[in-house]
Amino acid sequence: MSGRRARWGLERHLHPGAWWLWAIGLATAASRTTNPVLLLLLIAVVSTVVVSRRSDAPWARAFRLYLWLALLIVVVRVVFRVLFGAGPGGTVLLGLPEVGLPAWTSGLRLLGPVTAEAVLAGLYDGLRLAAMVVCIGGANALANPKRLLKAMPGALYETGTVVAVAMSVFPQLAESVLRVRVARRLRGDRAGVRTGVTAIRSIVIPVLEDALERSLRLAAAMDSRGYGRSGQATPLARRVTATLTVGGLLGICIGIYATLDGSSPRYLAAPLLLGGVLAAGAGFVLTGRRVNTSRYRPDRWRTGELMAAGCGIATGVLLWASSWVDPMQLYPSLVPLGWPTVSWLPLVAVLVGVLPAVLTPRPPPDPGAGSGGAALGSVDQQPVTEPATRAPQGVR
Amino acid sequence: MIRLDHVTVTYPGVPEPTLRDVDVTIPEGELVLVTGRTGSGKSTLLGLLNGLVPHFTGGHVQGSVTIDGVDTRRHPPRELAHLVGVVGQDPLMGFVTDTVEDELAYGMEQLGTPPDLMRKRVEEALDLLGIADLRRRPLRALSGGQQQRVAIGSVLTAHPRVLVLDEPTSALDPTAAEEVLAAITRLVHDLAVTVVLAEHRMERVVQYADDMLLLCGDGAVHQGSPGVLLADAESVPPVVRLGRYAGWSPLPLSVRDARRAAGPLRAALAQAEAAAPAPVRDCRVRRPALTAAGVSVRHGQLVAVREVDLTLNDGEVTALMGRNGSGKSSLLWALQGSGPRSAGTVDVDGADPRDGSSARRRRLVGLVPQTASDLLYLETVAAECASADRESAVAKGTAGSLLDRIVPGLGRDLHPRDLSEGQRLALVLAVQLTAAPRVLLLDEPTRGLDYGAKLAFGNVVRDLAGEGRAVVLATHDVELVAEVAERVVVLAEGEVVADGAVAHVMGGSPALAPQVSRILAPSPWLTVADVERALAASSAPPHVSQVTQ
Repeated sequence: MSGRRARWGLERHLHPGAWWLWAIGLATAASRTTNPVLLLLLIAVVSTVVVSRRSDAPWARAFRLYLWLALLIVVVRVVFRVLFGAGPGGTVLLGLPEVGLPAWTSGLRLLGPVTAEAVLAGLYDGLRLAAMVVCIGGANALANPKRLLKAMPGALYETGTVVAVAMSVFPQLAESVLRVRVARRLRGDRAGVRTGVTAIRSIVIPVLEDALERSLRLAAAMDSRGYGRSGQATPLARRVTATLTVGGLLGICIGIYATLDGSSPRYLAAPLLLGGVLAAGAGFVLTGRRVNTSRYRPDRWRTGELMAAGCGIATGVLLWASSWVDPMQLYPSLVPLGWPTVSWLPLVAVLVGVLPAVLTPRPPPDPGAGSGGAALGSVDQQPVTEPATRAPQGVR
Repeated sequence: MIRLDHVTVTYPGVPEPTLRDVDVTIPEGELVLVTGRTGSGKSTLLGLLNGLVPHFTGGHVQGSVTIDGVDTRRHPPRELAHLVGVVGQDPLMGFVTDTVEDELAYGMEQLGTPPDLMRKRVEEALDLLGIADLRRRPLRALSGGQQQRVAIGSVLTAHPRVLVLDEPTSALDPTAAEEVLAAITRLVHDLAVTVVLAEHRMERVVQYADDMLLLCGDGAVHQGSPGVLLADAESVPPVVRLGRYAGWSPLPLSVRDARRAAGPLRAALAQAEAAAPAPVRDCRVRRPALTAAGVSVRHGQLVAVREVDLTLNDGEVTALMGRNGSGKSSLLWALQGSGPRSAGTVDVDGADPRDGSSARRRRLVGLVPQTASDLLYLETVAAECASADRESAVAKGTAGSLLDRIVPGLGRDLHPRDLSEGQRLALVLAVQLTAAPRVLLLDEPTRGLDYGAKLAFGNVVRDLAGEGRAVVLATHDVELVAEVAERVVVLAEGEVVADGAVAHVMGGSPALAPQVSRILAPSPWLTVADVERALAASSAPPHVSQVTQ
């Protein structure tokens, strides 16, 4: 135990990009199969890693919501299959009467006999989507969104600042609505006297005035602290970089879709993806060159990050490879009905994804979380606590 | 370091220039105090120093401002960021990130400081300002004094040569203010940072100032040492007023200096006290207006007010004191009935203000909240007054005449946002008084008021009490309490730790004693007016020191 710790490092937060790469690798794997055994295993793998490597932050606790969402997806898929029935034939599980629909809905059926094939098809399909959702949820739970924002390339710096400011402004706005609403009561508001437009106005106007003043103050503060110091680009340069970036991102989107969707034309997949990456990369580099800001305590890619990202990518690639070796395993047959079987290659592929649960450093305990008593000012006199002295870990 | 060369600032739509022909030089490593009434151009003067005026605010600037040889006309604020650090009035509004460490690094990130150097400077700033234990805490969870220190630290990490602070201690309790001022003086002494600081609460700062800029209100700015300028300024801290009254020369600026000079005055006062006993403030038995028993307030996990018993009497001004976050606001809201109350009873004229409609509540207990402007939402003063009349179901013009009594002749077609802090407070006070409540609660009313406005406000409070109302004043301002209140209740962690006459509670307290009391201790005098009255009663000559010398 202690030997492994020394090898894989002290407790620290992993680079958020590593967790996202891991999750995307697993999601890619999920998209290439409908085998329920593999998919359930994949969900179990993601859950294991999340449980063993998440912090106490609020976003980490949201993982459960993704699991519920996944369950909902599966249920909805199956219910739809039952509602709209399947074609004739197959193993009938339940002989529901078919509801007669007008002729113009040709092809659409309502209810009718429930077949095992239809239910299983819904289940397999739903499970595939559910597994992908759980993968994304896992990335959300493990990667700190604020640190992800900081890890953005220089070109996205300004967008990142906007998002960061917005994230801190919304709670303030909510707070000021609450404060003004309570203050209105001091002027003797009661139902019947002040309704509709007047009531809204009496809250909206002070809140908006407050928000406007806040944003002006914030703008002044940011200006005085050097925001936007770096040089300005010429209009032409700006247009070129914008075209490159947006065009490249579009290419990446289409390319990823085509890659994941096995049925779309192949020339849309790899070539477009590659071209998109190149164009967007060029755009980012050009824009990034204008930004002369530096990063405080940037997350670095170290063994732990490489492990996490590598395991995720390995899962995706291995499963992909197995689809050439034995595609029938990944898409279990419905006609004729058969038990899904699993051979060793896809099984190993999925199991590789669980390795980050032991190969990556643990997250540090969260000292600042939930310090509700801080408002009392009672924490003022505390001596420098242990977390503060332990701070330099994780860098270097 | 700072050179203002015949600067005149004019804003569009304002006929008179806000600053007129200002010619000021500030050498390196000075602590300069900027004072003047509200609206005399303090913010404009501070804004000039890093180019926010005119680059951000607009307006026309004649003359030149140079900081360390850099002309602010040609350089917008962002290009002066490495030279001038600015901390605004409300630090929370200027925070860009959400944790202490990130905020300290933000300015350096903008300047492109290398990560290694950044890391080192953040650690240094954490130590210098004594906030190392807060490094990972969210900014919103900090107390006011901590926020102010983080804000100072966040501009310090860029290693500016000049630090500009707008009202750094106004919103703070006395202890937190001391902490912030200690940090500032350390910067001046150890790092030779030039500090320019505007502050209404002059008594807290004046003793540390090397130099002073006095804004007269007509656009002119006088520069001089505090001792000279304050000798005939109209609004001065109590220590200076006492020095002037007793004819001390040179004029003392700190309690320590004044105490050294005060020997003869103390002797004269002791004589006067022996001849005629100390004026015990009005202590006749009064009828209770509000009786609270066992009041507790809980916000989630946090118990803000814990089983407080409190009786407010007719015609009595009670000051509610305690550090930031000690439960003052929660208690006031609970007494008024609009805020949460998890246990206890409140009784006003046999009724609990919590039961019944908010309009009825308002007739029993009036509350002016901390951000008074939350109550205002109409376009003109007249409309607000008319609305107040309707809300309280009283004769038309009641609110208007109340307002005229507090601030005579306030323009009725002005927009409430265009009023000065003092005028806005007066308007909210008038609106709340329209319902004629028997008990009036004021939460931090003097925040942002200058000396003149505070004096006027003190008179209004005394008048209200004179009419038989019970008035409660939650405040950090010990001088105001000494002037106005008769009784002080001190809260700590939601519990009442002291309740009694002003002289008893504040007299011996290291944090709460007003300046006059510190100078004349152990005598029970709290204000210059007290001293004047005592000496006049015993017909001792006013210029004591001259007589005894």
